Amino acid sequence: MTALTLQLLAPPSPRIDLSAFTPDGLAGQSADEVRRLPLWVGNQQVETGDLFRVTGDDTDAILIRSDSDRLDGIGTGMTRGSIRVEGRAGAYLGRRQRGGAIAVTGDAGPFAGSGMSGGTIRIGGDAGDFLGAAIAGERRGMRGGRIEVLGNAGDRVGDHQRRGQILINGNAGDYCGSRMVAGTILVLGRTGINTGLAMRRGTLLLTAEPNLPPTFNDNGTQQLAFLALLTRDLATAGGPFEQLKSRGTRVRRWLGDLGYGGQGEVLVWG
Amino acid sequence: MVINGIEIEDTFAEAFGMNATRLIITAINPRWARIAGETMTGFATSVIGCGAEAGIEAELAPDQTPDGRPGVSVLLFAMSGKELEKQVERRVGQCVLTCPSTACFAGMTSEKPVPLGKNLRYFGDGWQSSKQIDGRRYWRVPVMDGEFLCEETTARTSAVGGGNFLVLARGLPEALAACEHAVAAIRRRPNVLLPFPGGIARSGSKVGSKYKALMASTNDAYCPTLRGLVKSQLDADIGAVLEIVINGLTEADVREATRIGLETICALGPESGVVRISAGNYGGKLGQYHFHLREIIG
Repeated sequence: MTALTLQLLAPPSPRIDLSAFTPDGLAGQSADEVRRLPLWVGNQQVETGDLFRVTGDDTDAILIRSDSDRLDGIGTGMTRGSIRVEGRAGAYLGRRQRGGAIAVTGDAGPFAGSGMSGGTIRIGGDAGDFLGAAIAGERRGMRGGRIEVLGNAGDRVGDHQRRGQILINGNAGDYCGSRMVAGTILVLGRTGINTGLAMRRGTLLLTAEPNLPPTFNDNGTQQLAFLALLTRDLATAGGPFEQLKSRGTRVRRWLGDLGYGGQGEVLVWG
Repeated sequence: MVINGIEIEDTFAEAFGMNATRLIITAINPRWARIAGETMTGFATSVIGCGAEAGIEAELAPDQTPDGRPGVSVLLFAMSGKELEKQVERRVGQCVLTCPSTACFAGMTSEKPVPLGKNLRYFGDGWQSSKQIDGRRYWRVPVMDGEFLCEETTARTSAVGGGNFLVLARGLPEALAACEHAVAAIRRRPNVLLPFPGGIARSGSKVGSKYKALMASTNDAYCPTLRGLVKSQLDADIGAVLEIVINGLTEADVREATRIGLETICALGPESGVVRISAGNYGGKLGQYHFHLREIIG
C-alpha cells in the first residue's frame, strides 16, 4: 500500500475546498474513484483528476503535494489516519479535527486548527492568523489536541481557545491568547502587543518578556509543579519542544485579565 | 513436610476479594514523600476497624515519578469500591493535601475511576484550576506553600486480601526475628502490602466470640498462655506465634509473597528458634482464595 497522493497539477486561482479529502471521507475508495470526486473551482464543478494527479491506494495516509496557499480545509473533521502536505496549506487546516495527524512541511493559512478537539497538527513553516482560534460566529476555538508550529504564527493565536496545546517555536503576533478560556499556549520566540487580552483562564508560557495589557498583575516568581508534567509531555512532540524540561519549573507569573476574572496566567521562564 | 528442620503444616491460608488502588505521592525530597505516605497509611492495618488497609509499597526515584521528584507509591485496599473511594478522599485530603511540598498522582490505570483531586479541588474555593496533560486531568489547588498538584482520578482494581502464614517459634524474640527477615524479603516485591505494624500481627483472630457484639476474637488455639485450657494447636516447645498477613493486587502476587516469606524463614533453619509454620483459615468456607502452604513451597 502506498499513500494516496494528490499532486496539484497547476496552481488554481480560486480557493479550493479540500475538506472531503480525509482518511474518513475517502475510506474504501480507489485512486480512480478519488479522481472522479467533484470539486468546485469558483462556480464550476470539475473532477478531482482535472486538478490533481492522483496515485496510490492507502486512504489512511494521504499525501498532498502543493505549492499553492489556496487549498483550504485540509483534514476537516478527520478522526484518524494521517495527512501529509508537502508544500503549503490554505486556510482552515485541520478545522474541527478530532484525531489523527496532519503534517505540513511549509506554511499554513489562517484559522489552522480552529475548532479542533483532538489529534495533532504540525506546521513546518509559519502559521497564519487565528491559529487554533474560533471562527466568527463560534464561541470556542481549539478544544483539544496539539498544534506545533516550527516557524512563526500570526495574530490572535488561540483566540477563544478552550483546551489543548499550541506550541510555537518562533514568534507569535499580536493578541496572542486573547479571550482564551483554558488550555496552554507556548511561545519560544517573542509575542506582540496585548498578549492575553481578555483571557479568562488558561496558560501562556513564554520565554521572552511579554507586552501585557495593564489589566495583568504581577504574581512574582513561582515554582509550579505542573510545568514538570507539561515539559515531560512536550518531550514527545520532539524537535524544539523536546528539551524544555531543562528550563525547570520556576517562572515569573502574571495573572489576568483582571477585567475577566483574572484566573489566566502568563508564565515566563527566566 | 519438613524443610531445613522447620515443619510446614498441611494447611492453607484463606483470602478474600478486595478492591485496591495505588497512589504515587511525590515531594521536595524522599523524607517528605515518606512522611506523607506514612501519614496517609497510618491507622490502616485492618478493614475491620480502619476502613482500609494501606501502606507504602516502594520508594520511587525521581525518574520513576510523573513530576520527576522523589516519591513513594502507596497501596490502599478496602472491601468495596465505595469504601475505597471514601478512604482515598479522606486520607489524601487530610494527610497529603496538608503535607508540605507534596503532589499526588494515580498509580494505576483501569476502567474504574476513583476520585482523587476531583473533589479535593474544592478546597481551592474557586481559585483551583485544571490542566489536561497527555489525556489526563490534573488539579492545581492554591495552598500556602504554592500549589497542591493532584490528578483528577486514580483507578481501582479487584485484589486479594488476607493471605497469611503463622510462624511458631520457641519464644517471642525468635518468632519476631524470623518474621522481620520474611517481611524485609517480601517488601522488596511490588504489588504486595503487609498491612500490620512492621508487617507483623500478633493478634491473630478467629471468627466469632462469646460476646455477641464481636465478630472476631483472639485465636485461642494459638495463644501460648491458653495451652492446657483450650484445644490448643501449640506443642509444649512453642512459646510465641506471629502472623504475617499479605494483601496483593492479584492472587499470584499473594502466592509469590507467601512463597518468599516461607522460603526466607525456612532458610534460617531450626537454630533460629522457628519450629513450625502454619496458616489461618476459616475452614475454607468464607474466602474465595486458598493458599496451601505445602503446595506453594513444594
